Amino acid sequence: MSREQEVKTHQPRRRGPMGHGMQPGEKPKDFKKSIKKLMSYIGKYKAAIFVVMFFAACSTIFNVAGPKILGKATTALSEGLMAKIQGTGSIDFGKIGSILLFVLGLYLCSAVFNFIQGWIMTGITQKVCYQLRKEISEKINRMPMKYFESRTYGEVLSRITNDVDTLGQGLNQSITTIITSVATLIGVLVMMLSISPLMTLIALVILPISMGLIGFVTKKSQKYFRAQQEYLGHINGQVEEVYGGHLVIKAFNREKDTIEEFEKTNDILYDSAWKSQFLSGMMQPIMMFVGNLGYACVALTGGLLAIRGTITIGDIQAFIQYVKNFTQPIQQIAQVINQVQSMSAASERVFEFLEEEEEEQIVEHPADVSKITGAVTFDHVHFGYNPEQIIINDFSASVKPGQKIAIVGPTGAGKTTMVKLLMRFYDVNSGAICLDGHNIKDFNRRELRDAFGMVLQDTWLFKGTIMENIRYGRLDATDEEVIAAAKAARADHFIKTLPGGYQMELNEDASNVSQGQKQLLTIARAILADNKILILDEATSSVDTRTEIEIQKAMDNLMKGRTSFVIAHRLSTIRDADLILVMKDGDIIEQGRHEELLAAGGFYANLYNSQFEDVVA
Amino acid sequence: MSKIFKNMIPYWKSIVIIIALLFVQAWCDLSLPSYTSDIIDVGIQNYGVEHVVPEALTADEFETAELFMTDEEADLWESIYEKDGDIYRLQVTSRSELNEIDDTLAVPLIMNYQMSAMEDSAVKEHVAKPTGADAGTLEKDTLLSMRDSMEETIDTMGSSLVKSMGAAYAVSCDKAAGIDVEKIQKSYLVTAGLKMVGMALMIGIVTVLVGFFASRVGAGIGRTLREKVFKQVVGFSNAEMDKFSTASLITRSTNDIQQIQMVSVMLLRMVAYAPILGIGGVLKVVQTGAGMGWIIVLAILVILGYVMVLMAVAMPKFQLMQKLVDNINLVSREILTGLSVIRAFGREKKEEERFDVANKDLTKTMLFTNRVMTFMMPGMMMIMNVLSVGIVWVGAHKIDAGTMQVGAMTAFITYSMMIVMSFLMLTMMSIMLPRAAVAADRIDEVIQTESSIHDAKEPEKVTTHNGVVKFSHVNFKYPGAEEDVLHDIDFTAEPGQTTAIIGSTGCGKSTLVNLIPRLYDVTDGSITLDGKDIRNITMSDLRDEIGFVPQKGVLFSGTIASNLRFGKDDATDEEIKKAAEIAQATEFIEAKDDKYESAIAQGGSNVSGGQKQRLAIARAIAKDPKIFIFDDSFSALDLKTDAALRKALAENVKDSTVIIVAQRISTILHAEQILVLDDGKIVGKGTHEELLKSCEVYRQIAKSQLSAKELGLEESEVALNE
Repeated sequence: MSREQEVKTHQPRRRGPMGHGMQPGEKPKDFKKSIKKLMSYIGKYKAAIFVVMFFAACSTIFNVAGPKILGKATTALSEGLMAKIQGTGSIDFGKIGSILLFVLGLYLCSAVFNFIQGWIMTGITQKVCYQLRKEISEKINRMPMKYFESRTYGEVLSRITNDVDTLGQGLNQSITTIITSVATLIGVLVMMLSISPLMTLIALVILPISMGLIGFVTKKSQKYFRAQQEYLGHINGQVEEVYGGHLVIKAFNREKDTIEEFEKTNDILYDSAWKSQFLSGMMQPIMMFVGNLGYACVALTGGLLAIRGTITIGDIQAFIQYVKNFTQPIQQIAQVINQVQSMSAASERVFEFLEEEEEEQIVEHPADVSKITGAVTFDHVHFGYNPEQIIINDFSASVKPGQKIAIVGPTGAGKTTMVKLLMRFYDVNSGAICLDGHNIKDFNRRELRDAFGMVLQDTWLFKGTIMENIRYGRLDATDEEVIAAAKAARADHFIKTLPGGYQMELNEDASNVSQGQKQLLTIARAILADNKILILDEATSSVDTRTEIEIQKAMDNLMKGRTSFVIAHRLSTIRDADLILVMKDGDIIEQGRHEELLAAGGFYANLYNSQFEDVVA
Repeated sequence: MSKIFKNMIPYWKSIVIIIALLFVQAWCDLSLPSYTSDIIDVGIQNYGVEHVVPEALTADEFETAELFMTDEEADLWESIYEKDGDIYRLQVTSRSELNEIDDTLAVPLIMNYQMSAMEDSAVKEHVAKPTGADAGTLEKDTLLSMRDSMEETIDTMGSSLVKSMGAAYAVSCDKAAGIDVEKIQKSYLVTAGLKMVGMALMIGIVTVLVGFFASRVGAGIGRTLREKVFKQVVGFSNAEMDKFSTASLITRSTNDIQQIQMVSVMLLRMVAYAPILGIGGVLKVVQTGAGMGWIIVLAILVILGYVMVLMAVAMPKFQLMQKLVDNINLVSREILTGLSVIRAFGREKKEEERFDVANKDLTKTMLFTNRVMTFMMPGMMMIMNVLSVGIVWVGAHKIDAGTMQVGAMTAFITYSMMIVMSFLMLTMMSIMLPRAAVAADRIDEVIQTESSIHDAKEPEKVTTHNGVVKFSHVNFKYPGAEEDVLHDIDFTAEPGQTTAIIGSTGCGKSTLVNLIPRLYDVTDGSITLDGKDIRNITMSDLRDEIGFVPQKGVLFSGTIASNLRFGKDDATDEEIKKAAEIAQATEFIEAKDDKYESAIAQGGSNVSGGQKQRLAIARAIAKDPKIFIFDDSFSALDLKTDAALRKALAENVKDSTVIIVAQRISTILHAEQILVLDDGKIVGKGTHEELLKSCEVYRQIAKSQLSAKELGLEESEVALNE
């Protein structure tokens, strides 16, 4: 009988995949707070989670009880055999059969319960993940632009995918594991205490030993694990850099130095890699050993107690089995704590994001955007990305409907700042920008933007057909209207030459059409949107000459009869603009018409003339 | 798959050690259960008495026992005991001898014990009373015939049961003879406990050792592969870079290798162990002689079938899931990159809906696959449990029929669990392996790819350093392409002169300059440097002559100074400063706190595009080469900086050959020679003024960028052309 139970306890003690749970989970800043938030978030599934807990606990109890009862069958078998030998009876197959059937039923219940709790928990987890992703995606649209400008896309993306995923996985496994482990632990502890408090005490002594050992190994291995992560990062960095700058490395004959440097990092990585791997792999054998040590200790004391007659042999047998069961849930909890930690770190990031400051979207008595004529006034506008550094000082200007405003300046001068202010991606610090006399703050944010059409150098198109991409400008536009807009944007011709024409699917980065073609498509989109005010960023050198001419013409078409703000690169645009804003280092340093500015002989005149220095010289 | 193992070959020594250790581990693992059960079975149940023959027994008992023995047995019986007063004491101490004696004497002793237990007084009286010789022999005969039937039943009882009965007998005798049984038990428990702990310690040590070697092999494989791949890639020409794409090469050098490293360790620690343990288990099972192997085979088949069914259901969705994750990434990325456009068009709702569709698809599929996977664990547990219940049921009947022993059955359960577990482990691994195999193949592909550009076997020495670059009827097509990118390119770039190349996107300008430092090799024709074919001198000599500024300003992590010294390690501070000055980079460098020692992040991500480009230009200038190649390097600069830079460059590198690829006409107005490229062919060659008159393509380009007045054309001319 003892051997038989031995089997049962052996099976869950399988060697885990080298102690995966050992890898130091990322620690949250405030564990309690983030867990609390997560708990309140999944609060609406309270009933379901309760069911899960119940089923998990039942499943555990049944599973733990199974081997014990199965042991009875073996006992009955031995007894029967004994009786048979002594000629006083025979093996009672009826009894054995009914025990086995009972155990089978127990196992079946355990499996079914386990399955049901898994099923429900998966459902909850997926719903939570779905909801979180949805909320993040909606949150993005309510957040101020400046949030995204100080962060990489990768950061936000990793919240939507990685963090939510980590959270989901943690949720799916940790709750169940914790319940199962705790249920086992409590059950075992209660049983042990009921048999012999003294032996329980001895068994419990191994707890601090194993915890101490786990702690020691974890600490050691985490040191190397961190080193490994760090050097893995270095290696990846080097690889990216060198592959990305492959051409330069070759052109500058740096192959040898690069390889030498790589080898150095690679050696350090090797060292930390095997050490962390080795140390975290030590966990399992150490735990096994401690478990067996406890087993031996308990058996010894048990034997001694039995001699004194304070305990029966059957009790010792049972107790010893419980001891073997004792370390396993502890180990599981240790592993799950790591997971819970990274889960709470992930949820912390997700909730942090969801709690970021939002822009107010609507105002109480919004001005009506549909009757806008396109007059824009800037009234003593002050603005800075941070309050200490005001970059637009007291800027005033008045733009009549249909006028053209050119914004010029060297690279990085902040030409797009004006655009961002107009569209209310940012709010002015003081002063006001008015549209037909209404402060732009008096419009609903979304409606205000209906007044503007925009064509940026950074041509944003999405994966979908060309038709869909142009229609993005006005969702209810008919196919004919889309084609008409494409014609006005001089894009119709090239679209027709593409495979599939208007139905051609643009790929992920829209890299299956050229940069210039992309720009034409965005112009078509803006034409279709038909807004009162336009914001344009002129094409630059990345477009070939012929397309550039096409784009210019398309833009001219677009600007007809509309107030337009043009970020200018081209002399023709600058010269016939109604107002030129000259920007440098984020500030508007000069404004006026071309001739006025030239006559003033300031920065603009300098800028304008400099490009022909060579010709003159 | 073989690729994974191929990587392990250099570590065969360690692997042999690991396998040997795994055998030891398997042996220990398989023996440990009997050590642990000894503590209970013998130590506690049998009071630590291991042998059937008692340590000591009363004279009375000694004689009673003899009654059940054959003559030989009785001889043995008498030979091992010595009379000590009223007590007979056992003289034999050697374990193996005692075991043999046990085997021989177990039957009569147990019979004796059983008889005395069963019909205590009756039998004893019956046996002891007739003291006459006649009656004695008669009784003895009956007893011996009873023995035969007893022997049969004992055979079916199994050794452990026999042992415990024998031990019980021994204990009762010992007690009767006044031996301190408690002491025996204590000392047995201590020794058995120590043995078990010793065995456990051995398992621990062996496992740790296996971990040690496996980790080293795994990390070693990772290191070797990384180094190989990295070296290979650094040696690649552009053709190979294009073939693989940088992104894919990065993944292959990082994630793929990391995965191989992980899987290698797992292969060594667990996959290799599973069959060893499995085989060990099978051997043990055979030893038990239970003849129930078919149950194990059946269980394995059921598990296999179960896993396969689950996989068949989940696999297609698993693959789909990856796509859906990519899709949600794509949509999110689009939302983030298009934030301003989305807001400008007020399409937030539409984007939310688009995201929601992707989100729902993903959730649905994840729910499905995860739920399929929830079948896995309970199912497996169920199969294992049914297996053990089944063994008990079948075993019980076999025991009843006398063809099996109880001990054999419990041992059978132990070992069959081990076999099934190891099989289960292999199944789990087999899910992981295919992915690793793909990674191994991808890595191998890189290692097997040789650079298509080599140094000549006997390179010529570079003796003159003038910097005359001559293209003679050069054709070029990309490997695998059908059409030439460049066709019949023929020109000479002279020292002290600027040769400019202009043309629309995709006309082959960058390709043309990439041919000069042999980033690609020409398909036809030749390029010479100072009269020598560039294929006949070493790449390193060739590239020493060239200062190359690529289209994208690529910097490397380090400092500004280390980047500027990239082409010339021993450049002095003055040289660097001078180069920065020419490149118009002084202003922003000086504005930094650490000036030239300011850190540059990986890929130069902490400086702006224009600054990067200026540093890249300064880097080439600091190298002080004979030939400068600017591949569209000025476009990231604003017009003013562009002009100032060119002016400074013209003043400072007077005797170098300068080759400029440009988009802006203003950049090249002053060039001594302008090549107009259209569709891979030179359609115009000459100065700005000459080309304005003679070359239609050039005139078009010029017109789009400069006003008629600036071009010096008559208004009427413009009108005519339109």
